[in-house]
Amino acid sequence: MNCFKSIFFLFLAGIAILATAQTQDPNVPLPAPPQTKKIALMGATAHVGNGQIVENSVLVMDNGKITAFGDGRTIKLDLKDATIIDVSGKHIYPGIIAAGTALGLSEIAAVRATQDRNEVGDLNPNIRSIIAYNTDSEVLPTLRSNGILMAQVAPQGGVISGASTVVHLDAWNWEDAAYKADEGVWLNWSQMFTYEGWWAEQGGIKLNEKYGEQVETIKSFFEEARAYCQTDKHPEKNLKMEAMCGLFNGTKKLFVNVNYVKEIVDVVNFAKKYGLKLALSGAADAWQVTDLLKANNVSVIINQTHSLPNRDDEDYDLPYKLPKLLQDAGVLYCITVGAGYDAYWQQRNLPFHAGTAAAFGLTKEQALSSITLNAAKILGIDQSCGSLESGKDATILVTKGDLLDMRTSVVEYAFIQGRQINLDNKQKALYRKFMTKYGLKPGQE
Amino acid sequence: MKKRCTILIGLLLLTACSLLYAQPTFEQNFNGVRDNREGLYAITGATVYTHYNKKLENATLLVRKGVVEAVGTNITIPPGAVVIDAKGKYIYPSFIDPYTSYGMPEMPKREGGFGRGQQYESNKKGAYNWNQAIKPEVNAAEEFTPDAKRAKEFRDAGFGAALTHLPDGIARGTGAVVTLADGKPQELFVKDRASAHFSFSKGSSKQDYPSSQMGVIALLRQTYYDAQWYAKVNPTVEELNISLEAWNKSQNLPQIFEVSDKLEALRADKIGDEFGIQYIIKGSGNEYHRLNELKATKAAFILPINFPDAYDVENAFDAQNIDLAKMKHWELAPSNPALLAKAGITFALTTSGSKDMAQFTKNLRKAIKAGLSEEDALKALTYNPANMLGVYNITGSLETGKIANFILASKPVFDEKTELNENWVNGKRYVVKPWSITDITGVYTLTVAGIAYNMEVTGKPDAPKAIINLPDTTKKIELKHSLQDLNISLSFATDNDSINQPKLGKGMVRLSGWVNTDDRSWKGSGNDANGNLISWTATRTADASKKDENKDKDKDKPDAKDGKKEEKPDEPGPVIYPFTAYGFAERPQAKTVLFKNATVWTNESDGILKETDVLIQNGKISAIGKNLTAPTDAETIDATGKHLTCGIIDEHSHIAISKGVNEGTQASSAEVSIATVVNSEDINIYRHLAGGVTTIQQLHGSANPIGGQSSIIKLRWGAAPEGLKMEGAPGFIKFALGENVKQSNWGDDNTTRFPQSRMGVEQFYVNAFTRAREYGNLKNAPAAKGTALKPLRKDLELETLLEILESKRFITCHSYVQSEITMLMRVAEQFGFKVNTFTHILEGYKVADKMKAHGVNASSFSDWWAYKMEVQDAIPHNGAILTQMGVTTAFNSDDAEMARRMNQEAAKAIRYGSLSEEDAWKLVTLNPAKMLRIDNRVGSIKKGKDADVVLWNNNPLSIYALPLQTYVDGVRYFDARQDQALRAQVAQERNRLIQKMLAEKAKGGDTQKPMPTKKRLYHCGDHGDHEYVDFYHEDQNEH
Repeated sequence: MNCFKSIFFLFLAGIAILATAQTQDPNVPLPAPPQTKKIALMGATAHVGNGQIVENSVLVMDNGKITAFGDGRTIKLDLKDATIIDVSGKHIYPGIIAAGTALGLSEIAAVRATQDRNEVGDLNPNIRSIIAYNTDSEVLPTLRSNGILMAQVAPQGGVISGASTVVHLDAWNWEDAAYKADEGVWLNWSQMFTYEGWWAEQGGIKLNEKYGEQVETIKSFFEEARAYCQTDKHPEKNLKMEAMCGLFNGTKKLFVNVNYVKEIVDVVNFAKKYGLKLALSGAADAWQVTDLLKANNVSVIINQTHSLPNRDDEDYDLPYKLPKLLQDAGVLYCITVGAGYDAYWQQRNLPFHAGTAAAFGLTKEQALSSITLNAAKILGIDQSCGSLESGKDATILVTKGDLLDMRTSVVEYAFIQGRQINLDNKQKALYRKFMTKYGLKPGQE
Repeated sequence: MKKRCTILIGLLLLTACSLLYAQPTFEQNFNGVRDNREGLYAITGATVYTHYNKKLENATLLVRKGVVEAVGTNITIPPGAVVIDAKGKYIYPSFIDPYTSYGMPEMPKREGGFGRGQQYESNKKGAYNWNQAIKPEVNAAEEFTPDAKRAKEFRDAGFGAALTHLPDGIARGTGAVVTLADGKPQELFVKDRASAHFSFSKGSSKQDYPSSQMGVIALLRQTYYDAQWYAKVNPTVEELNISLEAWNKSQNLPQIFEVSDKLEALRADKIGDEFGIQYIIKGSGNEYHRLNELKATKAAFILPINFPDAYDVENAFDAQNIDLAKMKHWELAPSNPALLAKAGITFALTTSGSKDMAQFTKNLRKAIKAGLSEEDALKALTYNPANMLGVYNITGSLETGKIANFILASKPVFDEKTELNENWVNGKRYVVKPWSITDITGVYTLTVAGIAYNMEVTGKPDAPKAIINLPDTTKKIELKHSLQDLNISLSFATDNDSINQPKLGKGMVRLSGWVNTDDRSWKGSGNDANGNLISWTATRTADASKKDENKDKDKDKPDAKDGKKEEKPDEPGPVIYPFTAYGFAERPQAKTVLFKNATVWTNESDGILKETDVLIQNGKISAIGKNLTAPTDAETIDATGKHLTCGIIDEHSHIAISKGVNEGTQASSAEVSIATVVNSEDINIYRHLAGGVTTIQQLHGSANPIGGQSSIIKLRWGAAPEGLKMEGAPGFIKFALGENVKQSNWGDDNTTRFPQSRMGVEQFYVNAFTRAREYGNLKNAPAAKGTALKPLRKDLELETLLEILESKRFITCHSYVQSEITMLMRVAEQFGFKVNTFTHILEGYKVADKMKAHGVNASSFSDWWAYKMEVQDAIPHNGAILTQMGVTTAFNSDDAEMARRMNQEAAKAIRYGSLSEEDAWKLVTLNPAKMLRIDNRVGSIKKGKDADVVLWNNNPLSIYALPLQTYVDGVRYFDARQDQALRAQVAQERNRLIQKMLAEKAKGGDTQKPMPTKKRLYHCGDHGDHEYVDFYHEDQNEH
């Protein structure tokens, strides 16, 4: 208890930075200014993101980067001019990265006017999600306060939906937010089965007779794009083709929404033909073809461990243990809450999707990797973020306890590139408001 | 029973004969010379099945004027009879198909689709029922046009009579039994108005209501009450209703209810029970899945035998799209009739649902191979259908006075190679396959233009094969030939090497001629290959070689011992309950279990007890304490380091519901009930158990301000629907407020239903409860002195609302924003009752004080928001605030996936708002039990409560917690270790069936493409029989 007390007091010193943030209106949170002072976090259990744990750690942030990180008993430090915060008894994690999400493109799922996920037309590689990304979305603060600090914002419509951009979640505008612009092209692969009917007249499942034709359309588009991209002398500039060139010169990755195993095989062979960097999104059946994925360096963005099995006969926990199956097979994967109607606000539960994967086979540190370093690798940003390593961005969390367990997953500080960000949100404000009305003492927000 | 039948027949015969056979059709428009014949035939020497179970050898069947005059072994053939020698043949009563739409007009196709707009009223002209799908006034006799082509197909398969009706709508009107002879409609009726028909499908009706199966059930029930009322009132005062009139008139007929699955059969029977009606069920072929329950209905069945083809499972990826249930059904479907027969259920067979008659005949043999006795098969095709339809006095056996409907077969009728030679209908002879064929097999000397050949004709008499044996060589020339009566034609190619070529030319020689029946020689003329006219003869020299015949005979023998060995099917797998993967072959029983040394979350004043023992016995919790001793029959489980809790209770669920969670048509659908459409076969029941859930409330959706009645079930995996229902649980009903009932997110075509605003919703309730109160007054009012009480028109909707007013039924109301929450409490107060539960209640925290004052419970999401406009102020601290304000609060799922980790959801109340672990755990156990008013039975670990317990490997609120065992009523329905064994079993059984299907394909059997099954998951915003949920893609449901 004594120990707890002393930490508590030390804490107060540290919270000085936070104090100003709390007085802001949570509905219009102020993005944090750039880091001006070196900060040293002392004594926490650090979860590196690569599987390792460092007890009694020291982490120093300067100029937005992690400048020193290691075991407090052995590391050599220059703490001159640093604000020292004692975080012993707490945990440090890399900021969580939400891959493939409609965050910032969707505000209220049922209200059409708030939807900027889908564009008209089938083949839209030139469409850029970052243009519509709303830094002032009320949803963002509810993710930040649960430790999600970065996201890959992806469009969803048509066949080729457009380009995604990796953002950090504390910014004045989309230009500020962009971390890695237009890094991926998103493709919705054709389905072998189609689903018909509406609520009054139930339809059946039909074999998609046009599957081959649809795949051919995709292929010929890629075929022409590849040819187009071999030269930059064109009598007429084609915006769609231009947007494809990054895929062929390796600067962009292809992200494909696909689930059924036969379709996955087709997608992998298709990407191989064009020498594309490929990540699958969804890929519920990926566990059946891990050899193929591994041999072709294909990574997987698992969509929601909190899912039902697709087939009655499957193990009830198949979606829960899918990460473990891919982990054991050596396939690179990350977890997101990406596809569908609720695929943006639900990201705040991302740590618990990883936690469930830990309950069903992963180690806790592997589960952490699945929402940090692995995601960074798949998005091609692991050189600068995704783990607690010297030289990487200081995009980190300090929590009260285990990040992956709801009971203890309380984020106390969060830094994006060394900027200590505001963890308040409208929901917390409403909580305080009504606790005040009822004369109750607020608990944990 | 049998005796009584014969007496009855005797009595009825007179009328039947006079009605049907006294005189041919009235001949007003007759053109020509009259040609009425006696139609007197004596068919002799055959084996005659006069009844399905009575056989006469070497009998004579005497037919006159379309009627059986006599049948027996000692019959004097009257002069003037046409005698047909049928020695060696088999005669049976022609089959009767009790479920067809033979001769009925084409069904109109229902147009529709999204954007069609809403249709609240019937658009049928005339004084008919308010709902267009109720059309008891339809009468098959008025629509019947004989269809010669179809009749022939039926006859060729052995049918002589059929029940026909117009299969359109929920109440479909009356059917008629007709014979399958050719003729004018007037001549073909065996019985007009033979049956009344029902189904769960509204057919061509475009009226919105009903959109769900529970709506159909409610509509049928209401119509029964309407008809009862109608029978008591004066139509000229009240209303003229042609439909109800027809309904009442057809009540004494056999009532046939068509269903599409075994659970629907149970549902139909339940409707019948309420009104003292025993339906005959037109089944679906999967009755064997719930045999005991179906037997208990005492219903007779009409069974299709459209067994599924094997699935093409050569590709392993494709194969996984076929569920074990489908594979097993492929294997077991042919056993369905046999299993029903074994269970003593009366049934008839129908061609309905069969692709064609060939499939019916093929499958009939399959069913027999799968264990159906030939006697039962014949009974199901003759006696049973006739008896069901009340026409056994006329047809269904061969007895004096019955119509002469019989078939003549080459062998016992169900043998593999049996040919159906003739089918006599109304005493008219229809030749199916000619059998009085001149046998031309033998050895001949064929002489063509002076050249002699050795010709041999082998094979069966009706399919002879002719070849020419060339001299001095083993070479043979095949002859193309045809025989029509005694006309014969032959053709063959001249042989290059043969000496005859120069003479006959190079090419085809074509011969035609005739058979001389005296010596069976052939003679005629023809053309040689050069086109020259030639003459020819064939002189019979010997019988065909015996060797060939023997071979043929062996092949023909269906029951040859070798053949049987080869064909003997492997033992099929067991029937499992429910009929899906992870179902039980044998239902598990309640156990006596002692959990030693567990951390026990009591949810009682004892709180969380460490190192404590719990004993469950006879389905109840019988002791809690330290160092309990195990009774002798107890299984002791070392629960050291483990946690024992009561089962999770999900207050808001939509799993295990069939065919629509919303009757989303009329703004009030209080008459419908989820309890009528419980689906015991949903795999999600098992998955819930694996997540520690033991009890759920199945709610109607949120499409209407007044939704439907709920059902509370315990997850007794394997039990049939009635066995799932929690005994004695009180009645609930779903209400809803806000965007869903305003149809805010239904698109621009749905803007006309009242109410469209929160203002209107309030008035909608005030109106509904005002009507209910007045209805109650009327119902309870004593008759004024000297006047008869006006018959009350029982109204199921108002009856339900009245229950609410009388606090006999409780409201669970879907709600979001504070204004509407307050509104409903005030409406309830105005009418003197309390709202029981607000569900979702995401802005409950804003009016927690008012809720506390009203005394309402809250059942919320832990942290959902942002999915629609009205949840913008939702906060994850809602549960904590409400709890702290003293409102009994629960977290619910409204989602089949979330429901299996409700422990995680509960823990979020610790994360947001700092609830204690004990209070958090009660959010998903004791508190929902309280608001469902079942906390006397479940919701805590207390002596005497139901043994619904879960053993966890960890603190149940931890994300790392997994249920190890889940018990309901002391029965261990889930066990993590047992689950591993079940997985292995599923894999093994799948593999066995895949191998079997591959073998079937290799044998050349028909196969079908393996298509995935659509998953049906409901959320409360789903409308009607809707399925957004793609197999591989995310759903877009609202909440």
